[in-house]
Amino acid sequence: MTRPLLIRGGHLIDPPNNIDASMDILLRDGRVAEVAAPGKIPAKDFEIFDAKGLIVSPGLIDIHVHLRQPGQEYKETIATGTAAAAAGGFTSVCCMPNTVPVNDTPEITAWMQSAERGAIVNVFPIAAATAGSMGVRLTDFTALKNAGAVGFTDDGKPILHDDIMRASLQAAAKLSVPVIQHAEDTRLTGGCSMNLGPTSFRLGLRGMSIEAESGIVERDIRLAQETGGHIHVAHLSTAKALDAVRRAKRDGIHVTCEVTPHHFTLLDEHVGAYDTNFKMNPPLRAASDREAMLEGLLDGTIDAIATDHAPHALHEKEQEFDRAPMGITGLETALAITLQVLHHHRKAPLKRVIELMSATPARLVGLKDRGTLSRGAHADITIFDPKKKWKFEAQTSRSKSKNTPFDGWEFTGAVVATIVSGKLVYRRDSTHR
Amino acid sequence: MPISSPKPAARKSNPSIGVPFGSLLDIEHLTAKEISVIFENASRFHSRLAKNSSRQQLTKVLAGRRVALLFYEASTRTRVSFEFAAKNLGAVTTVVTAAASSIEKGESLVDTGYTIQATGAEVVVMRHPSSGAAQLLAQHLHVPVINAGDGMHEHPTQALLDAYTMLRHKKSLRGLNVLIVGDIFHSRVARSNIQLLSKFGAHVTLCGPPELLPALASSLAPGIEIQRNLENALVTADVIMMLRVQKERLEGLNLNIADYVANYQLTPDRMRLAPRDAVIMHPGPMIRGMEITAEVADGPQSAIVEQVANGVPVRMAVLTRALGIKK
Repeated sequence: MTRPLLIRGGHLIDPPNNIDASMDILLRDGRVAEVAAPGKIPAKDFEIFDAKGLIVSPGLIDIHVHLRQPGQEYKETIATGTAAAAAGGFTSVCCMPNTVPVNDTPEITAWMQSAERGAIVNVFPIAAATAGSMGVRLTDFTALKNAGAVGFTDDGKPILHDDIMRASLQAAAKLSVPVIQHAEDTRLTGGCSMNLGPTSFRLGLRGMSIEAESGIVERDIRLAQETGGHIHVAHLSTAKALDAVRRAKRDGIHVTCEVTPHHFTLLDEHVGAYDTNFKMNPPLRAASDREAMLEGLLDGTIDAIATDHAPHALHEKEQEFDRAPMGITGLETALAITLQVLHHHRKAPLKRVIELMSATPARLVGLKDRGTLSRGAHADITIFDPKKKWKFEAQTSRSKSKNTPFDGWEFTGAVVATIVSGKLVYRRDSTHR
Repeated sequence: MPISSPKPAARKSNPSIGVPFGSLLDIEHLTAKEISVIFENASRFHSRLAKNSSRQQLTKVLAGRRVALLFYEASTRTRVSFEFAAKNLGAVTTVVTAAASSIEKGESLVDTGYTIQATGAEVVVMRHPSSGAAQLLAQHLHVPVINAGDGMHEHPTQALLDAYTMLRHKKSLRGLNVLIVGDIFHSRVARSNIQLLSKFGAHVTLCGPPELLPALASSLAPGIEIQRNLENALVTADVIMMLRVQKERLEGLNLNIADYVANYQLTPDRMRLAPRDAVIMHPGPMIRGMEITAEVADGPQSAIVEQVANGVPVRMAVLTRALGIKK
């Protein structure tokens, strides 16, 4: 066994326990052994991590990533994707089922979690809701959950049929897991490669309407109400869909949602001269939508921040805009963007940032003893410096793919160390960058 | 931006950075001054073409220079006029079409561009079905790229020859009432014309049904007017530009062709509502009996054939600009 690790001198923020104070924390045997006032834990034969001037938080959890394995290892592998996650301060990631083949069986779900994959952070698969994500026949939710799946989705192939969505919500409700929907009425978005608006018109690109998202969100809310199931809206991007979620929450319907860092930071017009690193789905939206996302993050309507980390190879992105695949990487920049935009600029307390990136995501997908630093919880910890200035360079990314719109961005706020089950899996080199 | 320090790299927001000098990707990023220089040179070439004696001289301007014409989409007038424009100046041309090249075997646009450049092309003229394709190519090559139409985005040389044609009939573009009728949404010609005309202070009115002319179109430039009724719009038009209904792009739209013809076809009756000196234009290809009747297309107010002819000197000016020749 590794030696116990004492993190001392840091400022500990643990939203579920309402702690926001200078505290030391001792990790032993993969669990939190003790949290105490500074200096109260006598140093014995411990590894010591000096966290002076740093924030110590429950490990960040990203409930929406694409690790591309099995089948598309040229874009990413579970090993490279989790290395990027660790560098971004994430101790757990939930991986989407749109692999090749689609993760619709307990065997694939188990395979993804096998130690042989070389993951350095925790991997929790989200399984397909329908066989092959074809939207026709439900998968075996019980068997998949037993194999480790923490939620169900057909992600990029949204469930359009009311009957299938209803059945998914019913099946998921019995297991107390969410159905996660990529809300896009694909009957309305054929050939579209960005948001519908002045920029798409000027560039001569077909645009996705706001209603293509909000229409599905409204329908799903109705079905969640009807079935009592839990609908989680993935990467919500429009003010109209957010309003629908806000109303539904007020009505006590079990609906939750996440937003990505790029949707509360960038605008459709940043696509600029057809830069495919600004092409993703849902697309970047108008300023009013971005503002609504920020408001939703601040007022509590939005439950979580998730990256939708979607690696693609250079040769795929270096294509005509309408042919290039949708998606951007995001694991290594998510915390920095959130600190920059939400904390420094919009004055959200760090506690809110940690709720959005750790405590609530853990709850949404039922990760027991994670997203908190209670005694006995998993020793998953993120240590960061909200004031550290650094520059992100895509070439230094640990992800196999470099398709990010944030190349060359300068941030205030950096991950210093990432600890999974009491073991250091990432430490920022002070001379690096 | 909600954030003060991080900004996207400059290269991303300014499309002309990282693009070879002399490229012509769109009208949007040209200045009125740059456009005027192209008109002046086109006019000079035009008069020299008319005189047989100076024709001989013309062939020395780009003697031996290599112009590649890369056509991913069908074209008659643009391709032929670029080719003649290049040959009039003494350049060597090669035409590459999607069907008869490695493009069919799955070669990427960027690789095709590298290949053409490596064989010695000094300028690449490209027509492509994807919006932004010319921008992508130009970002990877060191020889200039001329956009001969990219998807629904722009067709800059068409707008140049259209405005050039207007100027041969009207004194100035400033204050000119230009009416563009038809399928604005799918039209790269409309986008380029709107950009160009608004730079010169023309008054642009767009006319068509909402399916083909969404309200968003008015966001392209300040002062653009949208008219749903053709009769009303014709009354003040100095120039009437008819666009083809792009049947191949109408899939999924709720558009009744018979209604369209009834409401938006340019007929002799409707032409009586327009000023007598109004000029009729069409970028082609024209579908007689659809957006325009034969009587109007061939009538005295039509400048449609002249437009095609003007394409040659205008493209000569664009080619010499690309290759860094002053005159």
